[in-house]
Amino acid sequence: MAILELENIHGGYGQTEILHDISMRVEPGEIVVIIGPNGAGKSTAMKSVFGLLNLTSGRILLDDVDITNTPPEKVVRQGVCYVPQTGNIFPNLSVHENLEMGAYVRQDDFSGRLDEIYELFPPLVEKRNLPAGTLSGGQRQMVAMGKALMLDPKILLLDEPSAGLSPKYRGEIFKVVRDINEAGTPILMVEQNAKQALGIADRAYILVDGKNRLDDTGKNLLANKEVAEMFLGGGKTEVKKPAVRKARGTPKT
Amino acid sequence: MDQLYGYSLYGLSLLTFGGIYAMLALGLNIQLGFTGLFNAGIAGFFVVGAYVSAILSTAPSERHIGGFDWPIPFSLVAAMVVSALIGWAVARICMRLRADYLAIATLGIAEILRLIFKNETDLTNGARGVSYIPKPYESLAQPWNHVMMTVVVLAIVAVLYFMLERARKSPWGRVMAAIRENEDSARAAGKNVDRLRVQAFVVGSAMMGLGGGMMAHHLKFIDPNAADPTTATFLVFVMLIVGGSGNNKGAIVGALLMWTIWSATEIFTSMLPGDLAIRSAYIRVFLIGLMLQIMLQKFPQGLFPEKRLETGSSG
Amino acid sequence: MIDFINFHLIPGLVLGSIYALGAIGVTLTFGILRFANFAHGEIMTLGAYLTLTMMWLTGWHPLILLPVTMVILSLIVIGMDQAFFKPFRNSPAVTVVIASFGLMLMIRSVTQFSWGAQLQAFVPGIQRPNVFFDALRISPKHILIVISAMVLMLVVHWVLAHTRIGKAMRAMSDSPELARLTGINTELVIKATWILGACMAAAAGVFLAYDSHVSTMMGFQILLPTFAAAIVGGIGRPYGAMAGGLLIGVTEELSSYAWLGDGPLLEPGYKAGVSFAIMIGVLIWRPSGLFRGRVF
Repeated sequence: MAILELENIHGGYGQTEILHDISMRVEPGEIVVIIGPNGAGKSTAMKSVFGLLNLTSGRILLDDVDITNTPPEKVVRQGVCYVPQTGNIFPNLSVHENLEMGAYVRQDDFSGRLDEIYELFPPLVEKRNLPAGTLSGGQRQMVAMGKALMLDPKILLLDEPSAGLSPKYRGEIFKVVRDINEAGTPILMVEQNAKQALGIADRAYILVDGKNRLDDTGKNLLANKEVAEMFLGGGKTEVKKPAVRKARGTPKT
Repeated sequence: MDQLYGYSLYGLSLLTFGGIYAMLALGLNIQLGFTGLFNAGIAGFFVVGAYVSAILSTAPSERHIGGFDWPIPFSLVAAMVVSALIGWAVARICMRLRADYLAIATLGIAEILRLIFKNETDLTNGARGVSYIPKPYESLAQPWNHVMMTVVVLAIVAVLYFMLERARKSPWGRVMAAIRENEDSARAAGKNVDRLRVQAFVVGSAMMGLGGGMMAHHLKFIDPNAADPTTATFLVFVMLIVGGSGNNKGAIVGALLMWTIWSATEIFTSMLPGDLAIRSAYIRVFLIGLMLQIMLQKFPQGLFPEKRLETGSSG
Repeated sequence: MIDFINFHLIPGLVLGSIYALGAIGVTLTFGILRFANFAHGEIMTLGAYLTLTMMWLTGWHPLILLPVTMVILSLIVIGMDQAFFKPFRNSPAVTVVIASFGLMLMIRSVTQFSWGAQLQAFVPGIQRPNVFFDALRISPKHILIVISAMVLMLVVHWVLAHTRIGKAMRAMSDSPELARLTGINTELVIKATWILGACMAAAAGVFLAYDSHVSTMMGFQILLPTFAAAIVGGIGRPYGAMAGGLLIGVTEELSSYAWLGDGPLLEPGYKAGVSFAIMIGVLIWRPSGLFRGRVF
């Protein structure tokens, strides 16, 4: 039984439809990656799970419970945590307070969980009382993920966690993602760095123009010729594809 | 017959005051309605216009600086120029602030101006105010003096209306609308957004100065209390919101309508006995505030919704 | 020198404490609801009149009644939020500010209708100041006001730094969108914001009335310096508002001291202009407020 399942969803922001019939699922223990060119609807597909857009048809199931168009504050309580690409920490709150906020909806004692998070992200221990906004990009990503993990979610949604990081930190973040997953949390992740992402993915979906294009295991997709042409720049490091321009007013995916 | 005559005079008075308020509302409309600039200091520009026109047009006096015995049309032009200059200075400083900062800053400027007119006794006769201000056509016999005053005010309002409508439909007005709809794309299209905003603010301020000058001539007296934000600023906001922000016709109708309500309720409350009459006067202000709330919540477009021009294209 | 302390520095501290308390509410509303609340002055006024009425009924000291006033005022303000601000949660700031104009007029006319426009006093007559060291004259009420204000500011600090709801308030002020994604109940946080702001407004109104008198325009008269304090401190930052309040209050009082020659530096009639001048200066040169760096 899948943890998360998107069944033929259509939708977008306001009247503009961005997702045209997208389906995907995440099984327990999996890392699932969504890749695709700019404007393909990758982030939008992820945001649809979190009730951030208007779905006109299709269903989203979490543990077989229908959560289609549930507002974000309720989705959190169902055990889904989402780390947006930007603005994913409270910059003026200390690192420790950011983690506490992550546990805001928990009524029980979460001090044990706090210790686990600090174990997962050792660099945060000595910065715990600093405002999170003063940390480096990589450490901010750790705060953002740690904050999301405070709820011990059923599934973690990550929107381009490696965006804007130096190659060194990028590798570190992918390692962290794998660590989180090995500790038992299924992950659905949008990524630009297709090669590295496919390297850690159990399975991946490739979206183009708001539609499913390909899905397979990470390994098979890495070997796939079409994928290599599209994203892997003929075996070298990834090459940015020219942006596929959508209608004006469409937020960046 | 006498009663009918009395009613007619009252009607003229409503039109005169309402017309003067229409000048203020049109001025606010070009700032808030067209351009999205939040001027909470209407009272300041109003009172500057009033004092400038008053001091220039009165006969020489011991009590305040001047007067200079200027003809009224010239003193009114001077009132507009001085208000516009102050508006220009304010705009230059505050234009880049977000809306609420601009509101706070302009409210403060109005307060400072009030303090100056109150404290600089040598210039303005302080709290005792400037009196014996000439009024257009006051030498005519009753009721023609009143009629002519009303005609003058309404004629000015009509001229302003036609000028503003032309401006609104001109390329300038289209760019203004484009800026308000989407500032970033207007900037990207190479429009000098800040300069255009300053222009709108200055034009609006000049119209408020003109309204102030007309009020001084109509009342023949002006004192620092004229800068009371309740009647000189917030009432104008209510007029514009009721009439329809962004619509010149709405600004005028809103001003006439709200002035009539404001004035008529005063007649009603003054008929109540003693202490109750004083207290009920406050209820009028309550109703004004409530009206503002109801309009914003239920009819945010006002009586005359803004006519959207096709924007984005030309300019 | 002793005149300087007695007639300028101490009144400045008293006034500054009052501005600081008012500015806390303004700055919290701005940080969390993202608009400048022009009705805040009238909320302070309402607090003073509620206390005055309870004094008539009980004969108790205003500072003893202050906690009761805080509770009543909080309830009233939450009601106002539901009726007059909640419909505008997704509206642009301009609309909400105009709505706050409307609310301001409504509250003011209700206070004028209920209590009349004439000045009233908490304590009739003039209090004799205590004299220390033969020359330092401090009236007991000034000591009470400054100490109570300091205690209240510590309470605000404690709420914001150490309680769950206080941290959620700061989180929402940082990023309303992320707060929502985090599962923070934003309407609850908004209520808490109004309560904290209303409690501080009650204190500001009561202290102002205790220091001078009660009048229906008292809150509006200190609205501008209160805004100025919030802006000087960096809007959205409660600690900045406290510091800004003290700075503005002291500067206002010091501006009429005879710094040069015998006459006051600035005619007392222009005192109200001082806060404005400082505010404009800050807006031009340091729009993020005087105190950069660590916020909250």
